[in-house]
Amino acid sequence: MSFLRDTWLTFDRAVRPALRSPAVLIVGVAVPLVYLVLFGPLLGGTTDENGLSSWQWFVPGMLIQLTLFITANAGFALIPDTRSGVLERMQVTPVSRVALLTGRVLKDVVLLLIQALLMIGLALILGFRAGVLPILAGLVLLAIIGVAVGFGSYGLAFKLKHEFALAPVVSGIVVPLMLLSGVLLPMDRAPDWLYYLSRANPLSYVVEAERELISGNYDQQIVLVGTLVAIGLLALTTTWSLRLLRRQLA
Amino acid sequence: MIKARGLTKTFQINKFTVEAVRGIDLDVSSGEMVGFLGPNGAGKSTTLRMLTTLLRPTSGEANIGGCDLLSDPAGVRKLIGYVGQNSSAGVEYKVREELVTHARLQGLSASVARARVAEMLDQYDLTGLEDRMIGALSGGQKRRIDIVMGVLHRPPVVFFDEPSTGLDPQSRSNLWDHIRNLRRDYETTVFLTTHYLDEADSLCDRILVIDGGRIVAEGTADELKAQVNGDLVTLETSAAPETAAAAERLDGATEVTVDGTTVRFRIARGDRVLPGLLRELDRINVDVFSVRTSRPTLDDVFLTVTGRSLRDSETAPAIPGL
Ligand SMILES: Nc1ncnc2c1ncn2[C@@H]1O[C@H](COP(=O)(O)OP(=O)(O)O)[C@@H](O)[C@H]1O
Ligand SMILES: [Mg+2]
Repeated sequence: MSFLRDTWLTFDRAVRPALRSPAVLIVGVAVPLVYLVLFGPLLGGTTDENGLSSWQWFVPGMLIQLTLFITANAGFALIPDTRSGVLERMQVTPVSRVALLTGRVLKDVVLLLIQALLMIGLALILGFRAGVLPILAGLVLLAIIGVAVGFGSYGLAFKLKHEFALAPVVSGIVVPLMLLSGVLLPMDRAPDWLYYLSRANPLSYVVEAERELISGNYDQQIVLVGTLVAIGLLALTTTWSLRLLRRQLA
Repeated sequence: MIKARGLTKTFQINKFTVEAVRGIDLDVSSGEMVGFLGPNGAGKSTTLRMLTTLLRPTSGEANIGGCDLLSDPAGVRKLIGYVGQNSSAGVEYKVREELVTHARLQGLSASVARARVAEMLDQYDLTGLEDRMIGALSGGQKRRIDIVMGVLHRPPVVFFDEPSTGLDPQSRSNLWDHIRNLRRDYETTVFLTTHYLDEADSLCDRILVIDGGRIVAEGTADELKAQVNGDLVTLETSAAPETAAAAERLDGATEVTVDGTTVRFRIARGDRVLPGLLRELDRINVDVFSVRTSRPTLDDVFLTVTGRSLRDSETAPAIPGL
């Protein structure tokens, strides 16, 4: 029980500054919203082979992009705390080491879900349509992938220790993964080499699963595949960063 | 209360090996105030971080209040408080909020935590600042908050790493009072590190002089000073060479040096030999303009055991971020 208590305490502390100035949440979601408003209409009139409107196709991809943006950068918040004495001070208490990380990841995911709802709200105004249950299912997948990427980002922050070292690694991983996952344009229009590269990107399956979930097509095989890929990623990054944490925080 | 044997820590950075701590033995009894005195880079923080479970020793063992450092770090954490070298309060939090969270992380229930924090704010002259953002406080106020976080769970052992570095003289003596009160009020065992001579002199029952990762001298401030070859005598006279020669003839005089018209030497009980020396100088027609004897300082101790002065042995600052 002390693990849950410690996670809650860490979460509560981490979430406070954001609650005090909610404007930070808007800033975080601003770039993806700009994509939605200024890029989304360019897809106007296009429909895929299943007859989905461009918004139905585009919005789920933007939600994944938002998730990556927010959680891949989560590690940056850890670095000042390791440099000052904040993290050390907490490590010398009897608090669970793992909870120091899970509480932060939980905060990232909660804020992410609020930002995702903001984006969905704007998309609904623009012409996107989705039911409540499909949206909830879509948010669950976002949460899984958000936790996975968040743990990865904290792991990298532990390893690299400096913002200037973390920044190129994060964008070096996130930008190609995002472009190759077909969030902006359908990858089946790509040249062969690019198409096959995108098939090798685990994130592509998650994006496709998110599209089906939000359209309410839960029974598609890709939903299962995408969810399993997300869970696999989650297992991978969690194990990795918790191992780093245990080694660093002896 | 604190016992360590053969503690070492070796850092590996790329191809470089840094032997930060090279075999340290410690015995601190309950209620004692003991300190490491040494220059930057001596291995003070590294030793402290090993003793507080933050860093795994390369070799050696330690035991705090009966809990083994390696096999029972959780037990150690329950017994200790730690005030690190850097500020440890989140700048984007309010004073009370951050302290209450910390008290909860220490395991106190919400109501006990709130009551304890109120009591501590009062005790550490922080009343009125409860709802201020920590980032907007002065250095001295932030340092007091660090100390409150280190001691609010009333641990029997508290470690301080350079408690007064960067503070103005008034905040320093105020902080020293707070550290002394810990023992007076709660019989707390205190282990601290410092590179300030006066801090070691005024706070520690026992001083361990540390240099290059090793303890090079140990004792009370008086015992350490007694190791130095006597008092320093400084004379200004009309004839420095003759004065130096007269000093050389004194029984037990050492380190006689001439610097312009100034002659310095060391001798046991300088106050007793001075009258004879002055008579001798008068006899050989040397005019004496001024005379001073000074008791050995801890800096003299450092100079004697390491061959360097603590003031100018400030080596390159430790790696940023530590
Ligand atoms: N994490 C680390 N990695 C590499 N070297 C370190 C690390 N921590 C300390 N050192 C080195 O170990 C030596 C002792 O440092 P430290 O214990 O911080 O000294 P002090 O606290 O006495 O100033 C220094 O040379 C410092 O550069
Ligand atoms: Mg230090």
